[in-house]
Amino acid sequence: MNAKERILGKLRASLAGTTPVADDYDIGLVTDPWRYAADERIARLRRMLEAVHGETLVTTVAQWPQRVLEALAARGIDELLVSPATVHGRRLAEHVRAQDAALRLKGYENPVEAWKDELFFHTPASLTGTLGGIAATGSLVLWPSPQEPRLMSLVPPLHIALLNASEVRDNLFELMHAQRWTDGLPTNALLVSGPSKTADIQQTLAYGAHGPKELLVLVIEDA
Amino acid sequence: MSHVADTPAQPIAFTRNAREALADAQLRRNFRGAMDALMDKRRNQFPDGDELERLRAFGNRVRARALSKLPDLLERLEANLVRNGVQVHWAETVEEANAIVHGIAERHAARKVIKGKSMVSEEMEMNHYLGARGVDCLESDMGEFIVQLRAEKPSHIIMPAIHLNAGQVAKLFHDKLAVEYTEDVDRLIQIGRETLRRNFFEADIGVSGVNFAIAETGTLLLVENEGNGRMSTTVPPVHIAVTGIEKVVENLRDVIPLLSLLTRSATGQPITTYVNMISGPRKADELDGPQEVHLVLLDNGRSQAFADGELRQTLNCIRCGACMNHCPVYTRIGGHAYGTVYPGPIGKIVTPHMLGLETTRDLPTASSMCGACGEVCPVKIPIPSLLRRLREEAVRAPAAEPHHVRGQGAKHSRKETLVWRAWRTLNTSPGLYRAAMYAGTRLRGLMPADIGPWTRYRSAPKPAARSLHELAREHLGEQ
Repeated sequence: MNAKERILGKLRASLAGTTPVADDYDIGLVTDPWRYAADERIARLRRMLEAVHGETLVTTVAQWPQRVLEALAARGIDELLVSPATVHGRRLAEHVRAQDAALRLKGYENPVEAWKDELFFHTPASLTGTLGGIAATGSLVLWPSPQEPRLMSLVPPLHIALLNASEVRDNLFELMHAQRWTDGLPTNALLVSGPSKTADIQQTLAYGAHGPKELLVLVIEDA
Repeated sequence: MSHVADTPAQPIAFTRNAREALADAQLRRNFRGAMDALMDKRRNQFPDGDELERLRAFGNRVRARALSKLPDLLERLEANLVRNGVQVHWAETVEEANAIVHGIAERHAARKVIKGKSMVSEEMEMNHYLGARGVDCLESDMGEFIVQLRAEKPSHIIMPAIHLNAGQVAKLFHDKLAVEYTEDVDRLIQIGRETLRRNFFEADIGVSGVNFAIAETGTLLLVENEGNGRMSTTVPPVHIAVTGIEKVVENLRDVIPLLSLLTRSATGQPITTYVNMISGPRKADELDGPQEVHLVLLDNGRSQAFADGELRQTLNCIRCGACMNHCPVYTRIGGHAYGTVYPGPIGKIVTPHMLGLETTRDLPTASSMCGACGEVCPVKIPIPSLLRRLREEAVRAPAAEPHHVRGQGAKHSRKETLVWRAWRTLNTSPGLYRAAMYAGTRLRGLMPADIGPWTRYRSAPKPAARSLHELAREHLGEQ
């Protein structure tokens, strides 16, 4: 017998004669306290994100590329990691060209092994889309993809995330249900609620532990 | 550079450890301040007492349901993980678990491991095991990094370096990392960030724990604030997750109440910065993430707790640490005095199953039975009842059947058994009881002034001149 058989054998012997506890999942308890009126939903999300040093900005489909340029210019950043293969990536590239802006766009085009040093030490900012948001906890939902890999939202010191206001749900239960998560999860699914932080030294909160020091969320209200 | 921590305190020396800790004013200030803050933060997260109580009851039922089908759920978890491309390993003991991890390291000729925070890896003393075999383990959680630099163990399961203040960390970084002395916490964290950053991509293997393993989808869920957990599970080519067999939940939606209870109870946060759900290794078209993901499922005494319906509730634990934050004993002696990986109330009920009662016999008695731990537990583990139960197991005759806990009878004493037997006879025989009361009251002058530990801080009790029974009889007789 191997370890698995021995462990399962012991557990099964201990359960002999018992009946499994029924699933009396209380949906109301994880949804009712976390419901918001339509006009309050985005306000709640912003308030929760800002409480943990996330920065939020409400903008529009037409305006967001310019907001990105402004945010980067304000920080003196002239290079952005953004996927050229996404709709928002192409949109930003067009805007940069049209504005003749002094912003270099680079894509995450090779496996991380091929450009670790550049990603970790010479990539000041990134921009990714999101799958949605959660008002209750002020969370962004990210499903990294070949176009927008996992480290894009983690390694650069500034992460800019685009969030369509229509994709913001009240709570996690509603979001998982609406997006049918149980049908299949990606390699990595993430909830991101603010920039990286720690209180490991004397309970004192400090931002920018290992991940982004800044998280800027552009809430696109007409999308 | 090798990072091998030694073990300064042992559970068998609990009494001495506690006495030393109590005499350390700095340590007591650090813990008092931190525990007060953590209690406040938790309280602020649960403004609605009714919601809290209903959610705790719900959390308890979700965990109880998972445990009621544990073997089936573990098999389902394994099947779904394997379908997703994750390799699953089973270990009955920490030796087996370490050998599995080392085997993976050898196959990859790994020299360097970067670790996200994992209490199960502490349970395994993985750093020590791999270090002795030429594989260097580096902790990347800021708190764990600090205690590793000090060659110490975590003193809290959520906040490993909570026993230190900023000045102590400043001195440590100055001494060990050759940086300028600064007590500015922002600066100290930046020093940690810069020191660890390159290590994430130099490491051959990333090791993490697991907060919830979801059977339905074959998903490993990890919560964290720093991003080191995401780094450790994404950058190195191999990710090894280690976890206890009890961490499985049935369905994806089951994590919703547990996640809410966990982060609000632990650090008073509505949610952690990152909730990281891993369902497989890098796919062919993906550009990052590990090429291999392994899960090591560790028993290490859990199946012993599982075997008994009452003790099984120990395994409800979601490792939030609220019980220690609210414990008057933990707050005063800190986490190291217990000499165990899991300190505080949860440590006192879980460690006897891992190590046996021989070396942990004093832990269940290190409690004032005030009940705070049971009241705050987000999954309603009746910790005080389980402490009382383990006290009983520790004094039950070693040969008595059935045998529930390894090391049963570690505190058993023939003398004590006889004393209690005599006490029972005395209290159940009216004639004998009256005679003893008569003797006790009439000979009260003979009560010694020094009766051992009792009189170290108190005056000796003196029986009254006449017993209550006598007075009552006299009073009723007069009517």
